[in-house]
Amino acid sequence: MTTATAPANAVSRLRASGAHQKLLAFASLIVLVVFFSLASPNFLQTSNVLGILQATSVNGVLAIAATLVIITGGIDLSVGTLMTFTAVTAGVVLTYWGLPLPLGVLGAVAAGAACGATSGTLVAKMKIPPFIATLGMMLILKGLSLVISGTKPIYFNDTPAFYQISAGSLIGMVVPAFPVPNGVLILFAVALGIGWMLSRTLLGRYCFALGSNEEAVRLSGVNTDLWKIRIYALAGGICGIAGLLIASRLNSAQPALGLGYELDAIAAVVIGGTSLAGGRGSVLGTIIGALIMSVLLNGLRILSVAQEWQTVVTGLIIIAAVYADMLRRRRAG
Amino acid sequence: MTELVRMTAIEKRFPGVHALRNVSFELNAGEVHALMGENGAGKSTLMKVLSGIYAPDSGAISVAGQEVSIGGPRAAQALGIGIIHQELALMPDLSVAQNIFIGREPRNRWGVLDEARLNRDAEAIFAQMKVPMDPRATVRGLTIARQQMVEIAKALSFRSRVLIMDEPTAALNEAETNELFTIIRGLKAEGVGVIYISHKMDEICRISDRVTVMRDGAYVGTVDAATTPISTIIAMMVGRELDQVHIEIPDLSGAAVALRVEGLQAGRMVRNVSFEVRAGEILGFAGLMGAGRTEVARAVFGADPTSGGEITVHGRKVSIKSPQHAVQAGIGYLSEDRKHFGLALGLDLRANIAMTSLDRVSDRFGRIDDRALARVARDFIASLAIRTPSDRQEVRLLSGGNQQKVVVAKWLLRNCDILIFDEPTRGIDVGAKAEIYRLLQNLAAEGKAIIVISSELPEILRLSHRIAVMCEGRLTGFLPGGPGTTQEQIMHLATAREKAVEGAPA
Repeated sequence: MTTATAPANAVSRLRASGAHQKLLAFASLIVLVVFFSLASPNFLQTSNVLGILQATSVNGVLAIAATLVIITGGIDLSVGTLMTFTAVTAGVVLTYWGLPLPLGVLGAVAAGAACGATSGTLVAKMKIPPFIATLGMMLILKGLSLVISGTKPIYFNDTPAFYQISAGSLIGMVVPAFPVPNGVLILFAVALGIGWMLSRTLLGRYCFALGSNEEAVRLSGVNTDLWKIRIYALAGGICGIAGLLIASRLNSAQPALGLGYELDAIAAVVIGGTSLAGGRGSVLGTIIGALIMSVLLNGLRILSVAQEWQTVVTGLIIIAAVYADMLRRRRAG
Repeated sequence: MTELVRMTAIEKRFPGVHALRNVSFELNAGEVHALMGENGAGKSTLMKVLSGIYAPDSGAISVAGQEVSIGGPRAAQALGIGIIHQELALMPDLSVAQNIFIGREPRNRWGVLDEARLNRDAEAIFAQMKVPMDPRATVRGLTIARQQMVEIAKALSFRSRVLIMDEPTAALNEAETNELFTIIRGLKAEGVGVIYISHKMDEICRISDRVTVMRDGAYVGTVDAATTPISTIIAMMVGRELDQVHIEIPDLSGAAVALRVEGLQAGRMVRNVSFEVRAGEILGFAGLMGAGRTEVARAVFGADPTSGGEITVHGRKVSIKSPQHAVQAGIGYLSEDRKHFGLALGLDLRANIAMTSLDRVSDRFGRIDDRALARVARDFIASLAIRTPSDRQEVRLLSGGNQQKVVVAKWLLRNCDILIFDEPTRGIDVGAKAEIYRLLQNLAAEGKAIIVISSELPEILRLSHRIAVMCEGRLTGFLPGGPGTTQEQIMHLATAREKAVEGAPA
């Protein structure tokens, strides 16, 4: 390769990586922030900013899980109720069984990974379309959450440290003026970890490869079924982290909660520029997408827009985001 | 000469089909061995057996003198057998190097992907092939020809001694085909054996040393490529000699102009294109891939927006803004991708033929008159000689040639008398091609105006009454049809570029 062609290649790589969409999403986020801060002096208050970040943490982590599956060309509708199931699992381990905190954390993540692996097996081995397999899992987990919790919320009053997982602030101990909740730190840690994994490990490589052309990967002698199961399991484990975050924030595992979270997660993924057709996407985009949704909801609330209209606006934003991406692709086309 | 592969008495049955019957095949080092036969003759099945995708029911395979059993694609790779599938098996969203080493990614001792080594290794392979290629480029952005180079590099990365190429030039233009052949000759010189599957006779003559012909799952014979006339090979394939067709060019000076296009502009690929077609005429559109022929057809048909130009149909100026307008004006477009754009494969013949003309066989309440529908369908089955057990047959079960006829019937029923055929014989075997040619000639004789877009020059020369040649979006000239025109003359116009582009990638 000569040096003269390098910049052109860099440009085409940038284009192919979907960086355009990320830039567009990022620009939209900035516009929203500027708009709301001009519209309301309260918007940029430290407490409000931290509130937005805290509100993003659960949806952001779930959306990262959904991103992995969507990059493979699949879809995971069970992330919401799986989150609830893992939260209830933590409740059972910590409150009902009275076991120590680390086991509760481990239990939630392990339960998530096991459920993810089950979805993955349904998709990879039994060839059930991801939409159907995870729709089934969504309902199964919703029911199981109610069953193992005895249909009532489980409180974590016996394990005071549990509340600190999400709401405590390690940063606040050092910088009291800006007490970023631990939940936000966990979101960014998960994002960095999974982002690194996507670009630097085999699991990440096969996420993109499967979404790009699964048959070609299989013909290259790769055990595609096994990798798919691993990817769904990892996504499940991440849902376990989301389960811990929401349970910690509410200081309780609410078995009836969770339905609908999967749609917010998928919305964040789509706004962030990950293609539902598979093969393309990024954690960074997803985080920006999740932030756009939180900023929007928070800003509309500050402007006293009725909640029913907030939902309408969210729907419009999703459609606008995907339409902008379509326009861009047609022009590039 | 060293023997690389010997397949002896291979048998393979699928439910209801005896796919391979006592087939034998051998390949020497440094040889290009063409494997020919009509669609369904068993070539691909035989190669799938050799590359470990299918297990044979009986028979023996030996590689480099050792009898082997090939348990799967991985085992074939380990034996040095690489296959380049007809449908490219690449991951478009991954980079060139990532594609080449899929499943064998170099990792450092912590299991982290070693991207630098990945790209270095890929670069080394392309250097060996003497092909300039950026291993970091995303495959989606490459031309089909470049993607094929990636496939070849992938096969070579396994240190393949045997390379199977299934219709490698199906989507390549002349220049790209030449480039591919240069690479194949380089591989030959290094002792690689190449099994070359193709329908294109002229290519077989240019590149191969020996030709093995299969028919109906059975081995027919192996001949020397240099000394065997094409007609003999075709006769082996179809089991009969095909008569040499002499094209007769009708005198159309008195015929009305059916379609006149003046100064058509659409994007970068259609620049100031003017032509006319008379009733009863077959106008061939020749040019290299990407010359803008399909774009002209799509612009005329209203499928893509135009930015200038006039279209006149039967002397009347028309404004075509969508395919609906085009169909109303009597223009039909038969896409090269029948399965995608031309047919509803899961529906029967009847439904497909009536697809665009349901208003003609239904009453004013929208109820479909099944009897009228059946009558229409049977008329076309008879008049176009569509080979099908009945008009209720699902279209996906028909052969490519018969599917093409169903598409034609659909447009004829719609009263289209200007028909644009885009690559009408792509993916259709030799025997059925002749039938498609006859069909086009009959349609012209009935007074239809026919435009044929084809990348195969022999096809253009065999069919066209007049030939329009395009290059880079411009119409660079017209040539008369018939034996007086040579492939060289067409190529000359097809490469008549406005100005040489500097630094175009090889």
